[in-house]
Amino acid sequence: MITLIKGGEVVNPHSGTVDEKDLVIENGKISGILSKGALGDSSSISETVDASGKVIIPGLVDMHVHLREPGFEYKETIASGAMAAAAGGYSAIACMPNTAPPNDCRAVTEFIIEQGRKARAAAVYPIATISKGQKGESLVDFCELAAAGAVGVSDDGSPVVNSELMRRALEYAQYCGLTVISHCEDLNLSKGGVMHEGEISTRIGLPGISGSSEDIFVYREISLARLTGCPVHIAHISTGVSVELVRRAKEEGLPVTAETTPHYFTLDHESLVGYDTRFKVNPPLRTSKDVDEIKKGLADGVIDVIATDHAPHDSLEKDVEFDKAAFGMIGLQTALPLTLELVRDGILTLPDAISRLSTNGAAILGIPGGEIKEGENADLAIIDMACEYRFEEKDILSKSKNSPFLGRMLKGSCDLTMVGGKIVYQRGA
Amino acid sequence: MRKFEHKDLLGMEALSSADIGLILDTAESLKSISARDIKKAPTLRGKSVVNFFYEPSTRTRSSFEIAAKRLSADTFSLSASTSSMVKGETLRDTAMNLQAMNPDVIVLRHSSSGAPYVFANELEASVINAGDGINEHPTQALLDLYTIRDKKGGIEGLKVVIIGDIAHSRVARSDIIGLLKMGAHVTVAGPPTLIPKGIEAMGVSVVNDPARAVKDCDVIMLLRVQFERQSKLLFPGIREYSTYFGLNENVIKGAKNDVIVMHPGPLNRGVEISNGVADGPYSVILDQVANGVAVRMAVLYLLIGGAKSDNVD
Repeated sequence: MITLIKGGEVVNPHSGTVDEKDLVIENGKISGILSKGALGDSSSISETVDASGKVIIPGLVDMHVHLREPGFEYKETIASGAMAAAAGGYSAIACMPNTAPPNDCRAVTEFIIEQGRKARAAAVYPIATISKGQKGESLVDFCELAAAGAVGVSDDGSPVVNSELMRRALEYAQYCGLTVISHCEDLNLSKGGVMHEGEISTRIGLPGISGSSEDIFVYREISLARLTGCPVHIAHISTGVSVELVRRAKEEGLPVTAETTPHYFTLDHESLVGYDTRFKVNPPLRTSKDVDEIKKGLADGVIDVIATDHAPHDSLEKDVEFDKAAFGMIGLQTALPLTLELVRDGILTLPDAISRLSTNGAAILGIPGGEIKEGENADLAIIDMACEYRFEEKDILSKSKNSPFLGRMLKGSCDLTMVGGKIVYQRGA
Repeated sequence: MRKFEHKDLLGMEALSSADIGLILDTAESLKSISARDIKKAPTLRGKSVVNFFYEPSTRTRSSFEIAAKRLSADTFSLSASTSSMVKGETLRDTAMNLQAMNPDVIVLRHSSSGAPYVFANELEASVINAGDGINEHPTQALLDLYTIRDKKGGIEGLKVVIIGDIAHSRVARSDIIGLLKMGAHVTVAGPPTLIPKGIEAMGVSVVNDPARAVKDCDVIMLLRVQFERQSKLLFPGIREYSTYFGLNENVIKGAKNDVIVMHPGPLNRGVEISNGVADGPYSVILDQVANGVAVRMAVLYLLIGGAKSDNVD
């Protein structure tokens, strides 16, 4: 079967270019990137997609989502999450292990891969825990999990407190080819906090989480990367100080990479006035100064990746007292349009934006995707850059609706997502 | 007559200085009811006031109950010791259940900051915040302002010092907002661990040492040191606290001769306040309690009685 996508402008994050090209897809792989109209009318084409006036990007790769299955299927399933991802332009997502049971063994990893395969949407890659039961005491079977298909390890929101365990995790994971992802939080320092500690938390009477609780652990991971020479990836950076710490680590040549999320470059702690629990997230929304530093870090490449930290929660966890409400917000269907705001503001070029949303994450995890290249899997998305719409609950394909961006005007929408040459999402279809 | 254009009283933040003045003036005119032989006016006859307390409280609850009864409203008390989530319902469910009983006012005490906002958004009834987490306790601030105005003849230009656990006190937060709106100068004092980050942005000065902070001040407001809310890491202990941050006869010497000392109760005698100060001539602590009833009558009247009649008698 041969598919032709014609008339679109193709984004190449590697060369930093956007060119009008026709794409030929054969057996799930890209077999030709041709000048516009070069193929002419060929009877061998079984399917033609008209992308005129649209932009074709490598399918987005989200290295940080929570799919809640197994254990919390009322919030999200692997199928619903993978479908929401496809609708957001994602061809691959990597899911965090904080399920019930946590993904700390081969059986759970294999279950997630199987559920992901059945979903026939964005490809699903499991991230396993670092420690057994996420308890921070002993390492899980890294080599066996890697063999089963895990692509990374992270204890996620229960960060490894024991620095020796973290050191050994970095050393052992490098050997197994697993990416270590660190959620940086000093739990003693952040304990009891529900929002960023600062002027707003003092004014509205909510217990604070200081920026230091993140920065301290970011520096610990940098120090361990220096000690071991092993790579470490810092999850969801939210503070300006952490951006600066990673900047210096990179200048020193250390194997440190970092991600942030759209909410950290779009929202600040002023959003918490009014106690709307949709804005409750960990790490918390910081100050406008932090937001500026995050944008700078994205612009100069200190922050490699824009992930979503997609964290579905049911109304039972969100329509409750602010301090009792769960941390987290969904993000798979808003990340692309919110990142395009940075492109329109001149902070990122379109190819750089796509590298942050796709190419770099794929490289850090060592999974396919992130570029449109002859011989590679046809993982791509077709984007209508001009489409403007108000984001509403009915647009959300996740089982949970906890988005802080409901009601916001967004610009840029995914028309079609293809994974391995198969169309997994088509807007309005 | 000036109008009070609010459905709810959630915090001092939402009130203008004119609103505050109106509440204090109304309290003034209602205060006489409590001094009569027959302590009742028919103003709120047929109205129902629900006291919904998620947290234990004796004095605030009884103050609201007396205030409502003196205006002839029917009062009901509900208590709940667990959060909505523990019960398996959302806070919205709880609010809707209350609304179904069609009360006119819900007086809500809740351990979570911001909880009254959820109720106010969901309910047609007026919501009065009787203390939410560490956020606000507006009727306490109003009765404090009333007491200060009563004793000092005005609030503008006064130097007020608040000593104690500013970080975990909803009383402090409401008092600071109210005092600043009425033109007072506010200084907060206490151990650095109990002064929240960014408090200066609210418009107050920070002078940790009470002896220095109270110099030439007109009003000292003490806060209860709330051991029950605090981790052991915040300060070394009670003995150290009372020695270095407690208010005793010696510290108070630096204040103006006619300084008044206030406390929202209950007192920790020998901790934040010495016996001599608590029982001394500066203390207006019992006036605060008496004024609390008048101020709460005023708030109830302005929220649900004002439209019916200007006659408060």
